[in-house]
Amino acid sequence: MSQSNRTQGGHIDRSKTLRFTFNGSRLEGHPGDTLASALIANGVRLVGRSFKYHRPRGIFSAGSEEPNALVELRRDAHREPNTRATVTELFDGLAANSQNHRGPLRYDLLAVNDYLSPFLTAGFYYKTFMWPKAFWEKLYEPIIRASAGLGRLSMQEDPDAYDKGFLHCDLLIIGAGPAGLSAALTAARSGARVILADEDFRLGGRLNAETLEISGDSGADWAQATVAELSSMDNVRLMPRTTVYGAYDHGIYGAIERKTDHLADGGGKPRQVLWRIYSRRAILCAGATERSIAFGNNDRPGIMLAGSVRAYANRWAALPGRRVAVFTNNDDGWRTASDLAAQGAEIAAIVDTRERASLAAPAGAAVSMGTSVVDTKGRHGLKGVALSNGSTVECDCLAVSGGWSPNVHLTCHQRGRPVWRDDIAGFAPGPDLPDGMRVAGAANGSLTLAAALREGHEQASAAAGELGFSTVAKTPPAAEDEAVEASAFFHVKNDGPRAWIDLQNDVTAKDVKLAHQEGFRSVEHLKRYTTLGMATDQGKTANLLGLSVMAECTGRTIPETGTTIFRPPYTPVPIGAFAGRARGKEFRPTRLTTSHKWAEERGAVFVEAGQWLRAQWFPQSGETRWRESVDREAAAVRGSVGICDVTTLGKIDIQGRDAAEFLNKVYANGFAKLAVGKVRYGLMLREDGIVMDDGTTARLGENHFVMTTTTANAVSVFRHMEFCRQCLWPGLDVHLISATEQWAQFAVAGPRSRDLLRKAVDPEFDISSEAFPFMGCGEVSVFGGTPARLFRISFSGELAYEIAVPARYGDAMIRALMEVGEEFGVVPYGTEALSVLRIEKGHPVAAELCGQTTARDLGLGRMVSKKKDCIGNTLSERSNLNREDGLSLVGFAPVMRNDQLSAGAHFVSRGKPASTENDEGWMTSVAYSPELGHSIGLGFIAGGHERMGEIIQAADPLRGRTIEVRIVSPHFVDPEGERQRA
Amino acid sequence: MRYSGFKVLWEGLTGNRGWQPVWREPEPKSSYDIIIVGGGGHGLSTAYYLAREFGLTNIAVLEKGWLGSGNVGRNTTIIRSNYMLPGNEPFYELSMKLWEDLEQDFNYNAMVSQRGIINLYHSDPQRDAFARRGNAMIMAGADAVLLDRAGLEKQCPFLDFDNARFPIKGGLWQPRGGTVRHDAVAWGYARGADIRGVDIIQNCEVTGFLIEDGVCSGVETTRGTIEAKKTAVCVAGSSGRVMAKAGMRLPIESHVLQAFVSEGLKPVIPGVITFGAGHFYVSQSDKGGLVFGGDIDGYNTYAQRGNLPVVEDVCEGGMAIMPMIGRARLLRAWGGVMDMSMDGSPFIDRTHIAGLYFNGGWCYGGFKATPASGFCYAHLLAKDEPHPTATEYRLDRFISGGMIDEKGVGAQPNLH
Amino acid sequence: MIINHPLLGPRDASEFTYLGDASLIDRPDWQAEDAQQQFHDYLYLRDNPAGEHRELWFHEQGDRSWLVVTRNTLTHEITGVELARDVAMQRGRGR
Repeated sequence: MSQSNRTQGGHIDRSKTLRFTFNGSRLEGHPGDTLASALIANGVRLVGRSFKYHRPRGIFSAGSEEPNALVELRRDAHREPNTRATVTELFDGLAANSQNHRGPLRYDLLAVNDYLSPFLTAGFYYKTFMWPKAFWEKLYEPIIRASAGLGRLSMQEDPDAYDKGFLHCDLLIIGAGPAGLSAALTAARSGARVILADEDFRLGGRLNAETLEISGDSGADWAQATVAELSSMDNVRLMPRTTVYGAYDHGIYGAIERKTDHLADGGGKPRQVLWRIYSRRAILCAGATERSIAFGNNDRPGIMLAGSVRAYANRWAALPGRRVAVFTNNDDGWRTASDLAAQGAEIAAIVDTRERASLAAPAGAAVSMGTSVVDTKGRHGLKGVALSNGSTVECDCLAVSGGWSPNVHLTCHQRGRPVWRDDIAGFAPGPDLPDGMRVAGAANGSLTLAAALREGHEQASAAAGELGFSTVAKTPPAAEDEAVEASAFFHVKNDGPRAWIDLQNDVTAKDVKLAHQEGFRSVEHLKRYTTLGMATDQGKTANLLGLSVMAECTGRTIPETGTTIFRPPYTPVPIGAFAGRARGKEFRPTRLTTSHKWAEERGAVFVEAGQWLRAQWFPQSGETRWRESVDREAAAVRGSVGICDVTTLGKIDIQGRDAAEFLNKVYANGFAKLAVGKVRYGLMLREDGIVMDDGTTARLGENHFVMTTTTANAVSVFRHMEFCRQCLWPGLDVHLISATEQWAQFAVAGPRSRDLLRKAVDPEFDISSEAFPFMGCGEVSVFGGTPARLFRISFSGELAYEIAVPARYGDAMIRALMEVGEEFGVVPYGTEALSVLRIEKGHPVAAELCGQTTARDLGLGRMVSKKKDCIGNTLSERSNLNREDGLSLVGFAPVMRNDQLSAGAHFVSRGKPASTENDEGWMTSVAYSPELGHSIGLGFIAGGHERMGEIIQAADPLRGRTIEVRIVSPHFVDPEGERQRA
Repeated sequence: MRYSGFKVLWEGLTGNRGWQPVWREPEPKSSYDIIIVGGGGHGLSTAYYLAREFGLTNIAVLEKGWLGSGNVGRNTTIIRSNYMLPGNEPFYELSMKLWEDLEQDFNYNAMVSQRGIINLYHSDPQRDAFARRGNAMIMAGADAVLLDRAGLEKQCPFLDFDNARFPIKGGLWQPRGGTVRHDAVAWGYARGADIRGVDIIQNCEVTGFLIEDGVCSGVETTRGTIEAKKTAVCVAGSSGRVMAKAGMRLPIESHVLQAFVSEGLKPVIPGVITFGAGHFYVSQSDKGGLVFGGDIDGYNTYAQRGNLPVVEDVCEGGMAIMPMIGRARLLRAWGGVMDMSMDGSPFIDRTHIAGLYFNGGWCYGGFKATPASGFCYAHLLAKDEPHPTATEYRLDRFISGGMIDEKGVGAQPNLH
Repeated sequence: MIINHPLLGPRDASEFTYLGDASLIDRPDWQAEDAQQQFHDYLYLRDNPAGEHRELWFHEQGDRSWLVVTRNTLTHEITGVELARDVAMQRGRGR
């Protein structure tokens, strides 16, 4: 029969019927249902299996603390493992499946583990599986891994999108139960900007689950009226379906809002939004979580938290059982009996561990005081319980209340420790709250409705007052101070059947005792040894029981035994939500040069250079291998002229009366005397004397320089120079601007480069070698008045220039340069040819400037001035950095002309085995030189300059080849440098 | 008591009544030959190897909290010896070899699981840098395999080969890398040391050193004065504040590294995967949780907690290479305080104070070093000369310029 | 974390890049007798206090100011933010 356990009333919309499936069975529910309430309404009791023993499990709670009812929700790529049925809003077409069983849920093959439980005690795996040694990875571990885990990922890309957002408020109120609503009302009426967030889709918290009254109305009605008032106020943002999952520094809270999880189809909208909420004050009104009591076989389907049983009956009109027994150690459990009776359930018994309670039992209920439940029966669903007085009670639901634990979690996220309170037999927030946080209501250990309303109002008044808002002196709404007397009873002492503490991880009281017996007595040892509290519910209903058993063993009190630290998130948050839009191609920004579109049109192959995309080579028709293109491009530069976009180099504009002096301090070589209209190669050290970066700096005017940095270090060099400017020499008159994106810059290289540029640079500028010599620079105009900067510098060793135009002209510039270059046979060249050309010239790049090498290693030791104060020169003089047998950057050529060199090979003297002791250096860069017709390389080798001509091994055991190479000069082409001065 | 499958069976059949405490809870004596300050992984392994290798047992390990409460109790469990520089690689390879024999050695199953570690590369220069590293590993006796894209796809078909912002071109694979159940390492060493007579004293905080005329003769603690011929500090993230009590400034800063675990999942990934172009590394525990992390938060701190920007950055890295984890949920985040050194490499050395020794500067990589760190520290303490694989780990190496800077980022701890 | 920039008001810490101890402002005299030792101590040794720490942050995603932030390394509470340039001038740094 459909919805056999559905009764009257409740906050569900019976006018609509929603169809869903669980393990393939077709079932029905209504809007307002959760998956759990709908399953209960349909009489489904067995919903899952426990982690270790694969014991049958039913729905245990009605909230996010649920340890048992975890399902795989939705299908295919949308499949979402470990989803709590208790917080899953029902939608039409919902499909859920139970998880972690082999074979059907009812006949799980791995239930055999339960029979092996005497051997599978806490930590048993630390004591065995050691012999034979090889069996761990081959046999034992694969079996363990395959049977462990809970739900299955789809292994397909998450099809949903996630967004991120930032919110600011005066007051963040976490939880929209009675305390939160009361606080929000008070704060909102004061004019403060208020955010009220609650994990539930229906605001009101326990008011929706109880039959308590406020000012004569039902609590649920009062909640709806309050929500209506709040939603009409401009200074209030209501955020249902939003979990505030973490408290971070300086009033920043993390929150996750579920936007489309309750819809059959999200319609392409973001599934969830991850909010960072910046609050000036916060009030935690997160309520309390009921805990269980440990007793024999307390884990069967049908054994539930008493408050949750009540919630299903009152809020969802769904009866977890027809014949219900209540087992409690406090007053609150009794209300489950009366509320369930009112909903038509038969109350079989009220079993209270206390000697007396002055509460009324519903008619027909047998009350046993000073009594405990000691055992239960019913493998796949509860059939009855045995009491300590020897009697048995037939029932299909046992509502257990072990008292309520304040939800102190967020108060601990900054390492605050909760404090024990005897009156509620639980931990309440301690004094060291996160800055700006207050706590109200049940979260603060004030467990009655009247107290929640009062504290919410008081804390909101105080917080608003601190921020300068005046609160209207209005008393909070009146409500009853219901009976909530609690007792510290956690565990039915019994040598009989196992008593579960952590339902998901199968931690029993015996496991805790064993941990004690073996010396794991600190609460952290207990947790780690038994896995107590480490399941997906993080022990929300279990931790205190575990502590109480340990306290019992050690003879200490619970607070002496300790409490574990709560860490974010409060409830689990999808990894996709934390990533937001930063995935796939959007993982990081992509930076394009101004010639990118043109290069695309030319069919260029692109390569990542940090965040930049650069043309790697420009294949021509007929070229089938990349080397053909690259060889052609490099040869064209050496033979006529080529053009390469070098925009990605960092550019820093340096101006001021002391600009030259400043450069003299940040560069290791001298810059004070650089003439206007000249460029100089600059070597920059870190303060530790290691090379940081290199580049050229041009003096455009007396007080104006332009520096280039390597692409990779553009950001860090600028940061470093600002440090030098602001922190080390604040008295210098110098200013820096990062101008990398402002200028499009092209290298024009090759013997015909001047001829080409004569067609580009306006005729009033003389660029003859006499007027514009090597290492000259100047401001010119091109193509009829477009401003440009021209630098006669060469990375290729050929006659070459770099020409920069404002970035908006970059696209036009490359097209125009190619057009005027046509008659000289100009070719565009990419980063590969650039690399070939520079290796042929022995110029270092990132592979050589790897942050481990000195100027001396690079053969540039003499550039480091000893006559001035500059970054790095003092520590560059340390003995280890100046050893005779230190590394030198030299060239390498294969002994067998056709051998290919490989970057990453290590150098070992001939006749010696390749081992760490014989390691003399490594190959940094290699290329095929079209000019020389063989493979060439650069690398660092001990004492290299003294070893020219020596033959050594380039060992590359990683790729299974070792070849012989000859140490040569790193300047393979035009070692005298005549071409660039032509 | 010797642990074995038979013992587990026997105890299971007899009600598990015979299990003994894994360690004693002794009162501190007034003096010892050696005091080890810090009952984390390195301190406990030092004590174990002092007893086992050098027969020294008049030793106390002093721990201010519960044993194993330092970074051995809050890391991402990875072991590897994929270092590059000659000052490092032989040491980490020694550690790997000790891991491989560890469980049989101390008779405790720490679940050393060599399912491999792969560092992804995305460009030719990165491949070349990994080739340099892989060759250095092989030359030091370790194992390394350079995977191209096809080889990587065979092992990790779930990576986003087609749509990644930084194309996944291959990886440097160390098949012997893997994970170890971190807490069990502390417990195994503690048990092994305790059996051999070492006193492990929990809830005993060192409040000062007994130093006179440049000689250290013991410590003041919250449980009284304890004298010792040698005092060996081994307190990782607390190095700065402990050594300040001896008047020393260190080439170390304390930073927080966050780590994360997801809800349990059926097997998703085989070994360890690291993604250096983002900041993300991940493995899956035997229980099924994805254990992952990324960069340190980047500011000095002694608080064992971090902030949101790094949480998001790490998850972005994860989604960038394996977007099928989007619907897995992050269950728990935590932070450990790292002793970040000035070159990213550690110290195992004497100090200028006679009788006072220092072990620290492990950055975010101390866990994998646990066996070798203890082994080499024990060697130094027992013989007063450094172990051959740890000769470079000197406190004064920056004076001579002997940095061991794997990443090449210089004297800025938060970049290592 | 939120850093209250002296010129721009409260800004999220993720706009900044962290360097380290503000003592890095006190760069030694390169001509001192024991300059190498002084530079060693300056560059490599840290107080690394558990408590109040003066430290350098760079407003990289903002106005490119270097700031000296006084922050507690146990609680992360920030009790002071100054322009590093002002601090450097006060400490006698000039040209």
